[in-house]
Amino acid sequence: MKKMQIIRRILCLLLVMFLLTPAVETKAEANYYTYVYDYFGEQRESPDAYTAEKVVMGIDYGIGNFNNPQGMFTTENKIYIVDTGNNRIVVLKVEEDRSISLEKEIKTFSNNGAEDSFDAPNDIYVRENGDMYICDTNNNRIVQIDKDLKLVQEIVKPVDETYDASQEFLPTKAVVDPAGRILTIAKNVNKGVMQYSPDGRFIGYIGANEVTFSMIDYIWKKLSTQAQRAQMEQFVPTEYNNIALDKDGFIYVTTSVFDEWDLLGDSAKPIRKLNSMGTDILIKNGNYPPIGDITWGNASGVSGPSKMVDITALENDTYYVVDRVRGRLFGYDSQGNLLYAFGGIGNAAGTFLYPIALDHIGYDLYVLDQRAGSLTRFKLTEYGTLINEALAAYKMGDYDLSAEYWRQVIRVNGNYDLAYIGIGRALLRQERYEEAMEYFEAKYDAENYSKAYKLWRKEWIEEHIGIFMVVLIGALVLNWGIKKIKKIKKEAMEE
Amino acid sequence: MKIAEKINKASLAQWGKSLKYSLHLIVHPFDGFWDLIHEKRGSMAAANTILVLMLLIKVWKVQFTNFMFILYIPEEFNILMCLAEAVIPLAIGCVSNWCLTTLFDGKGTLKNIYMGVCYSLAPYVLLQLPMIFLSNIVTLEEGVFWSYLNSFTYIWCGLLMLCAMMMIHDYTLGKALLAAIATAVGMLVIIFIILLFFSLISDGFAYFISLYKEIAFRFY
Repeated sequence: MKKMQIIRRILCLLLVMFLLTPAVETKAEANYYTYVYDYFGEQRESPDAYTAEKVVMGIDYGIGNFNNPQGMFTTENKIYIVDTGNNRIVVLKVEEDRSISLEKEIKTFSNNGAEDSFDAPNDIYVRENGDMYICDTNNNRIVQIDKDLKLVQEIVKPVDETYDASQEFLPTKAVVDPAGRILTIAKNVNKGVMQYSPDGRFIGYIGANEVTFSMIDYIWKKLSTQAQRAQMEQFVPTEYNNIALDKDGFIYVTTSVFDEWDLLGDSAKPIRKLNSMGTDILIKNGNYPPIGDITWGNASGVSGPSKMVDITALENDTYYVVDRVRGRLFGYDSQGNLLYAFGGIGNAAGTFLYPIALDHIGYDLYVLDQRAGSLTRFKLTEYGTLINEALAAYKMGDYDLSAEYWRQVIRVNGNYDLAYIGIGRALLRQERYEEAMEYFEAKYDAENYSKAYKLWRKEWIEEHIGIFMVVLIGALVLNWGIKKIKKIKKEAMEE
Repeated sequence: MKIAEKINKASLAQWGKSLKYSLHLIVHPFDGFWDLIHEKRGSMAAANTILVLMLLIKVWKVQFTNFMFILYIPEEFNILMCLAEAVIPLAIGCVSNWCLTTLFDGKGTLKNIYMGVCYSLAPYVLLQLPMIFLSNIVTLEEGVFWSYLNSFTYIWCGLLMLCAMMMIHDYTLGKALLAAIATAVGMLVIIFIILLFFSLISDGFAYFISLYKEIAFRFY
């Protein structure tokens, strides 16, 4: 009788458990997967941080598809697409309800009364006053047009001894810093970013690659013959392929010309953050330098390292790069830790045929696909929001809140190293050193562990100093006492 | 009963004494190694003890050193491999050294060489054990001392081995250095021969196995 009761109870419990288990949510998953790299450089799957929300094409607006678009720029609610093959600029507007509508098409502008047009434009930058700077590549100029489409000035080939007069001026990317200086990258110019004053005078180059010359190379050159020397690799500095400004006016540049083997040792530096002097000030505190994929396999015709083609820096100091080899987007925080990587090559929403440009409005990411002629919008998922909120809270100094967000991230993704370190850091600020040490040790963060340990040790010694002193003084007194007794004994014996 | 007879008080005292001698030896290597062999101050028992302690500490070092210095990943750690890392080079080194020095009028026997090598490992035992504790009470910045001490242990052991070679074989310094290089080359040759031997043996076996299979398939 009793036995039956127990069985019935167990059955009842099982039933309740089944009922409480949430139904497995089935929904159409995106055809790409999101991942991060762990301490050992291994890919760890993670929930989607960004999801492809919308894909638009030129045909959606009855203006014909984009033909080989090369550049994109976003302002608060406008997207400027440089439709290179059709020699036009398409301006889209993001409405309040997040839908995207066509604002206008720019094909011509007024050049001192005469009508002028573009020839294979490559990039656009729009200043806050509405002035547009367009790299009119095949016309060998950058045109500055005001918002009424009137030419303000043309920026042309520099008349300077550092610029070969016989070489064509083919500007491909341009940005304008808050002071109005025009920074441009031109084809076949490897001296760095070209800098023009606001009135279009050539100032000089910034961010040129330092040419390294090693002793071994020198010896080899000395030993080799003329013919061999000609065969040898030239010490050609890097050519940048894209440029972006962050909210503070720092310049982010990317390059895809480097030696594969220099990547992990961080001498290739495919992503750089330049200050006004042109020095690379990108912070790299992650386990791996920001180079996109850390391990690159060789499958289905795709091999080799990530080749960054565009970069965008968000307002919260994170930055995103897009890799054209595998069509992936990589998000990094201000410390150079990989937040998440996603995307891929393919035809589904969220994958690309040949991504070429990347920009953002708020937290939304816009990616332009050169071959598909499409524009994809990614929006943060709940998981992605948690990560960004945690970063924001830490930056604001609200460590409790940040830890709370990181705890929620762990609940969703237990493989997320940054969350553990984030909690550890928050605990460290709250002076809970022992717990912080645990979190740091779990993810092998020696540097932060050491910091926490140092403080914990200090606290421990301060707490126990009394006992130490008592023991020390006790030992001294005892020692002195024993000596004294021995002496007295000895004297007594002698007597 | 037999074992108890063997471990009598006198031999235990002898063992203790020869083990204690290693403390003298590591600071007076020249006299130390000379007396170790010629005055019979050392013993095989003590040499074995030092080797076993060294192996134990080697394993402990990986397991218990703070993760800031040595990252211990349990799933990738293999005690046997860890031991083999030390034992196999030592064994091959002793044999190689003995082979070469017998040809180049070295005075030491294989037993002498083994004893000398084991006694040279004494600093490792003495220093690495406290270093495991040390690693757990220092921060990353103070860890530089740990790293220095770590290198220092290896250099000390290496120098002791060189001294051992000079004294055991009655060599000059130049000859000892030459012998050390020759020993290293000899080790490579031995490893090569071992690999060759195993690959030949396995090929031989494979031949007979395939022969058997061929016959078996024919008849069934």
